Amino acid sequence: MSNSGFTVSTATSPALPGPQPLPATAGSDSSLGPVSDLFEWFGNLGIFSWQVLKAAVTPPFEGRELMRQLDDIGSKSLPLVALAGAAIGAVLSMEVRSSMTRFGATSLLPSAIVFSVVQEMGPIITGLVVSGRVGAGIGAELASMKVTEQIDAMEASAVNPYRLLAATRIVACILMLPLLTVAADACGLLMGWLAQTLTEPISLQQFIDSGFRGATLRYFLPPTFKTAVFGLIIGLVACYQGMRTRGGAAGVGRAATNSVVLASLFVILADVVLVKLILVIFP
Amino acid sequence: MATAYEFATKQDEPEQDDRAFTVSVEDVHKTFGRYKVLNGVSLHVLRGETLAVLGRSGTGKSVLLRLIVGLQTPDSGSVSILGQDIAGLSLDRLGEVRKKMGFLFQHAALYDSLTVGENVAFPLVHHRGDLSRAERNDRVKRLLAEVGLENALDKMPFDISGGMQKRVGLARALALEPEILLLDEPTAGLDPISSGEIDDLILKLQREHQMASIVVTHDLHSARTIANRLALLDKGNVVIEGTFEDLQQCEIGFVQEFLKLS
Repeated sequence: MSNSGFTVSTATSPALPGPQPLPATAGSDSSLGPVSDLFEWFGNLGIFSWQVLKAAVTPPFEGRELMRQLDDIGSKSLPLVALAGAAIGAVLSMEVRSSMTRFGATSLLPSAIVFSVVQEMGPIITGLVVSGRVGAGIGAELASMKVTEQIDAMEASAVNPYRLLAATRIVACILMLPLLTVAADACGLLMGWLAQTLTEPISLQQFIDSGFRGATLRYFLPPTFKTAVFGLIIGLVACYQGMRTRGGAAGVGRAATNSVVLASLFVILADVVLVKLILVIFP
Repeated sequence: MATAYEFATKQDEPEQDDRAFTVSVEDVHKTFGRYKVLNGVSLHVLRGETLAVLGRSGTGKSVLLRLIVGLQTPDSGSVSILGQDIAGLSLDRLGEVRKKMGFLFQHAALYDSLTVGENVAFPLVHHRGDLSRAERNDRVKRLLAEVGLENALDKMPFDISGGMQKRVGLARALALEPEILLLDEPTAGLDPISSGEIDDLILKLQREHQMASIVVTHDLHSARTIANRLALLDKGNVVIEGTFEDLQQCEIGFVQEFLKLS
């Protein structure tokens, strides 16, 4: 209906303020809530992954942002990862030594340290440390951008946030995790040797020769490169948690916590699967 | 039946031969969970025209802007930008449409890890690869000068006031020389003097750039200052659309109450 100079809608009456609630639908309070939430979470993660994959493989490529993330995720995580690797190497050396001494097999100590550190301890410790540092960082940063509408502003500027924010961080995690693992391994072995040589002096050369005797690359490369999968998990979970955040400061806190918890959990679960897979493929 | 866009506008009448709709919203519905926010909204904006969308908080004004820019999709109805229905467009195609729109968010939504200058340069960096660094810097300085912030180039967003953030947001929205400007509560949270300055700035930019604008606000004074037409939303629908004088003459209780309390 129109009036002179303006239009008047007949669809409304000035009674109730704000949005109108719809009638509740049957089953909205279903006891399947947590289960359906779980399926919804994984379903949305799948959709998110597809969007990121599409964005990552199509131009324009965000090279500058990728370099920034490589620095942020890689070089800035290095001290923490190196320290964690060194601590694990020292502890392993002390613990294994007492067991080996009991069985009169102290000559096998270098090999035990090398294989333990390189095959399992280095990769998993790197995965967990990066989950904590980078997962929380990405989750909180993206969540903060989401609740302050910065991600919406990016989309409104016709810039794809899946490409600029998510793909760059996930690719950086995938590329940096194996390198950080090598650093953790190196520090672990160095501290393992140091801990041993304080008790029973042995040169570094002897330690390495003894530790790596009989070992080939197939013992070391698969465990190192499996951390690329850890990187994928950490980047994907943290970006997903961050970019789906709602609810202001509390939402940002939740996103950071959930990013760390879920990324760590999935890294450990993935490790179980990958170890089995590596044993099957490289018997 | 006559429609709103056929009626006379208050301020500068858009060119008669240029009466193509830049934004056309037709019978749009939007529901969030159990809440119906928009219930069949239809609005049209002409080239060079400014439409102010008024209403109480929670009546779907900002949602309407988000639908127009494609940040959300309507449950039903259509949104056309420059004659192109944006429903079902791929992200790349939608991106091409979005480049023709500038969006000032309610809280400016400046990138807090970038300086003021980098914020304004952001759309240029991503979409104007043809510009040299010097040309880009010149344009950023010019845009900041337009909003009176030429000295804030190297400041961080958290080092400047809310009013200045809005100005930077406006400069960023203008960076790609859009044909449509969407402003979400441009004066919300500002003191009367800053609000007046923002209004003057918007009027100046409209005169200079001849964009179609949609301004969401509940500041009636601001809407009256900068808009050709006003649309009042209530319960997810347009109660009335016309000039300020039309609203004053309207006898609907809600309209009268809104004008009285604003």
